[in-house]
Amino acid sequence: MHRTKVRVVEDALDANNTIASANRSDFDRSDVTVVNLMSAPGAGKTTLLERGLENLAEEGLRVGVLEGDVQGSFDADRLSVLHIPVVQLNTDNGFGGECHLDANMVRSALPAVPLGELDVLIVENVGNLVCPAEFRIGEDSRIMVCSVTEGEDKPLKYPLMFRACELVVINKVDLLEHLDFDVDRLEANILQVNHHAKVMRVSAKTGEGVDEFRAWLKALPARVAAEAAHDHDHDHEHHDHADHEHATA
Amino acid sequence: MHEFDLSSAIVATVNKHAEGRKVTHVTLRIGRLRQVVKDTLEFYLAIVGRDTPCEGATLEIIDVPAVLVCKTCQNEWEIEIPAFICGTCGPGAVEVKTGEEFMVESIEVEDEEDAACTAPR
Repeated sequence: MHRTKVRVVEDALDANNTIASANRSDFDRSDVTVVNLMSAPGAGKTTLLERGLENLAEEGLRVGVLEGDVQGSFDADRLSVLHIPVVQLNTDNGFGGECHLDANMVRSALPAVPLGELDVLIVENVGNLVCPAEFRIGEDSRIMVCSVTEGEDKPLKYPLMFRACELVVINKVDLLEHLDFDVDRLEANILQVNHHAKVMRVSAKTGEGVDEFRAWLKALPARVAAEAAHDHDHDHEHHDHADHEHATA
Repeated sequence: MHEFDLSSAIVATVNKHAEGRKVTHVTLRIGRLRQVVKDTLEFYLAIVGRDTPCEGATLEIIDVPAVLVCKTCQNEWEIEIPAFICGTCGPGAVEVKTGEEFMVESIEVEDEEDAACTAPR
């Protein structure tokens, strides 16, 4: 036997990212904007959706939800009152209950999702502040819910998650009067870790701030499309644009 | 806690490049911002790699510091805590230069001597 060194230099998450790109192509083909919604367990993702997605179709936005859970269909059942497409995805198929969704799990659920009927698909990830931040699923936007019962220091302890998200919804602000919690400090910590994050203060229970979330969601497809068009120009994928680049190169 | 999933991703990448050969050594390049606990990763790699070509391989992790750069003043500095702010210009133009790596850098595999001798060079 003799030993050979093989140079690899490959991101260990490339396999996941490749499948995420395939998902992304499917979403783009159907013109669906996809949101990866993440949080710690119990932060209020499902409650935010219950309040935030109510009657959005009447306001011109067709939203569906892909519910990721380790087990059961409790969240999907709660959302059934919204009369929108909700697809349950359990992560316990064959591997004892994954703590996050990865691109392949989402891919396996896509045949059940009526992409052609949707403007926005929200993928509710498994409640966890660590692993979901590592695995792209083909989403256009990542958002997280962070509740005021969790501690102001969470952005500093889980910077991977807070840095991955463009919107952080601070939930359960109706509880602030009962808590010794400095919500300004939480917001400052979020911005220290991710200066670009948009931060909203919401009570999914009372409805406070939920309109801002709904407005953000309604504006998302147009914003994502505009950003994609911008990137597209920069990728020189337009023929005329590419020719132009060659001519000036 | 993410080390188990990361181990699975590493083992899959390593075994793909091993192309069936036995892997004796794995070198990873991991940025500080990935928040990987090395001992935990090593522990899970041994479990996930069992009964695969990388069972028993030794592990080397190249630690990449978290280095930020401010695009306004071009200042570069290493951080030990998650504060993505330039002391002079504020947070607006701060980017991560290094520290987000999660790479399989190289592997060492056993070649059968016959194959090594007869393979065209």
